[in-house]
Amino acid sequence: MNPKNFNRLFFEPIQGATLSHSEAAEIFNKDEARTDWHDETLWFVREKRDKAVRQISEWEQLRTLGSDIKDHTLSNLDNYLTEFEKNAQANGIKIHWAIDAEEHNEIILRIIREQKVHQVVKSKSMLTEECHLNDFLSQRGVEVVDTDLGERIVQFRNEPPSHIVLPAIHLKKQDVSETFHEHLGTEKGNNDPQYLTEAARQHLREKFIKSQLAITGVNFAIASTGGFVVCTNEGNADMGAHAAKIHIACMGIEKIIPKAEHLGVFLRLLARSATGQPITTYSSHFHQPRAGQQMHIIIVDNGRTKQLGRPDFRSSLKCIRCAACFNTCPVYRRSGGHSYHTAVAGPIGSILNPNLDMKANADLPFASTLCGSCSNVCPVKIDIHVQLYKWRQELVSEGYTATGKKVAMKGMAFVLSHPSIYRIAGKMGRWMMRAFPFIMNNKSINPWYKQRDMPEAPKQSFRDWYKKNKQ
Amino acid sequence: MSSREKILGAISTNKPALIELPVIDIKSTSNLAADWVDQFIKILESIGGKVIQLSSIDLIKKEIQQAKIGGEYIVNTLPILGEVNTEINSTMEASLLETVDRAYIEGSLGVAENGSVWLYENQIKNRLLPFICQHLVICLSINKIVPNLHEAYKQIDVAKEGYGVFLAGPSKTADIEQSLVIGAHGARSLLVYLISE
Repeated sequence: MNPKNFNRLFFEPIQGATLSHSEAAEIFNKDEARTDWHDETLWFVREKRDKAVRQISEWEQLRTLGSDIKDHTLSNLDNYLTEFEKNAQANGIKIHWAIDAEEHNEIILRIIREQKVHQVVKSKSMLTEECHLNDFLSQRGVEVVDTDLGERIVQFRNEPPSHIVLPAIHLKKQDVSETFHEHLGTEKGNNDPQYLTEAARQHLREKFIKSQLAITGVNFAIASTGGFVVCTNEGNADMGAHAAKIHIACMGIEKIIPKAEHLGVFLRLLARSATGQPITTYSSHFHQPRAGQQMHIIIVDNGRTKQLGRPDFRSSLKCIRCAACFNTCPVYRRSGGHSYHTAVAGPIGSILNPNLDMKANADLPFASTLCGSCSNVCPVKIDIHVQLYKWRQELVSEGYTATGKKVAMKGMAFVLSHPSIYRIAGKMGRWMMRAFPFIMNNKSINPWYKQRDMPEAPKQSFRDWYKKNKQ
Repeated sequence: MSSREKILGAISTNKPALIELPVIDIKSTSNLAADWVDQFIKILESIGGKVIQLSSIDLIKKEIQQAKIGGEYIVNTLPILGEVNTEINSTMEASLLETVDRAYIEGSLGVAENGSVWLYENQIKNRLLPFICQHLVICLSINKIVPNLHEAYKQIDVAKEGYGVFLAGPSKTADIEQSLVIGAHGARSLLVYLISE
């Protein structure tokens, strides 16, 4: 049997044209050295997080507060949004509401056309990635320059970001060097990150100065003051927003927090969880446009209200996009962000994306070992691994998993609930591994063998050993 | 029905029953140095900033004068440090601000736990200035250091002016293979003078 068919039959949910997570991960895993490097690099970020967290004795208290503040906010979200709107308008900010990605994109296009803008810069915003804003605008003749270094790198390469905090983490410096040589004319073969970053600094300074309109995301929007906070390390959101005549900030409805004092909790949690820094270099608080500037905020639903109505999954809306769950996830680290084929990858993406499109993202809740490490590091205590498990139930009952998987699961359930059959099956398995290792150690027949070595088969089962040895 | 009404209606239908808002009651601060000034210095230096303690501002005044003689475009926004650069205002063009070599700005408050300094819009004169200048110098009174962000938010009013920022260190990135590079888009260096006079 063709290994791909075998895999699809037994291990894959139904898929559309895009490669499923496991198909894409299989390609990613072909370069073993690079996979190891990716794994280690992200684990290094996880370790930095641990080190930072251990400096704060009240960390668990902060997590509980972060979680409880978000729970409260979601339970009163409509009132906080209208309070935010009223206060922001009083501050001179124009508020727009978008029911979905299309409306979000149309609002931005309308502002660009009305103001006759040609130069647009954008700092990192996962919402605009989710809405595919860049593609939408470029198809209509508007070029957007991404200004976060990692995002600029992947934009040059026509790739989506592979990580929400570290967009180019799947690339090595040689890749960046080649990309910059091609697009910025940097010296061929010069892989020095300092040199490459300097080239991007010069290139993007020119873009900032010329830009007429800047798009940013929003990390937190404060209901009681009508302002919002944007966090960056590079300073690109500020360079863009303060240089351009028009600033558009895009936010999902769940970005609201009740008061400024709550920033004390979230800013303490965010950077430590993300990169192990005590705070991002810049935590910018915008409340009014500067003299002569226009400031817009687009408040976007795009499926969030639907998720709010799912009691099992609504707490996923508490996410502050730190990506700690990515860095700790053994599946993410060894499959890469692009395998998730969505704007937000990793464990959190795997519980957010089925809400957006259950069919297209039916594979994602299965891209997990359910080890629970994601839930342990989550700064707002989202029970991510529990939701991954619950999505599986949901997807099976809605019919979004392949028949092969169902048959295999039923067979497994039968074996596991019949001890005598289980014992015979175990005996057969051990005998097979000893007598016909070439069958088990064959990538075409045994997908488990693809990236692993098979263990040596024991002569007896634990049960037999126990029966013989118990006193 | 407008999108606004649709969104608010869907939230009202789908939201859970009201959950109480917790009170922020953080007692301890961190396991690092007990002295807040020491902690501020230690953390800011660990994230790429430089800190110098001074008991007199005379040294800064001299430094500014010397740099100006040397031909650098130095922007001073603090009257106590001498002549103020009046050309810097809220509407100054980015292309002009881009030529600033070093800017001197007053900070409102420093946060010991993360090495950040709060800057109000009226202290930076132009929102771009602390980002677009090549090198940034912040003057902060040593008495203005608070232990953590909770205390900081009690002391500042985030909505008092149109813009404000917690700034912690020079601009940086690790987007290329996780190698830390100082000087991404913002200032290439940050020096904080802690003044005790």
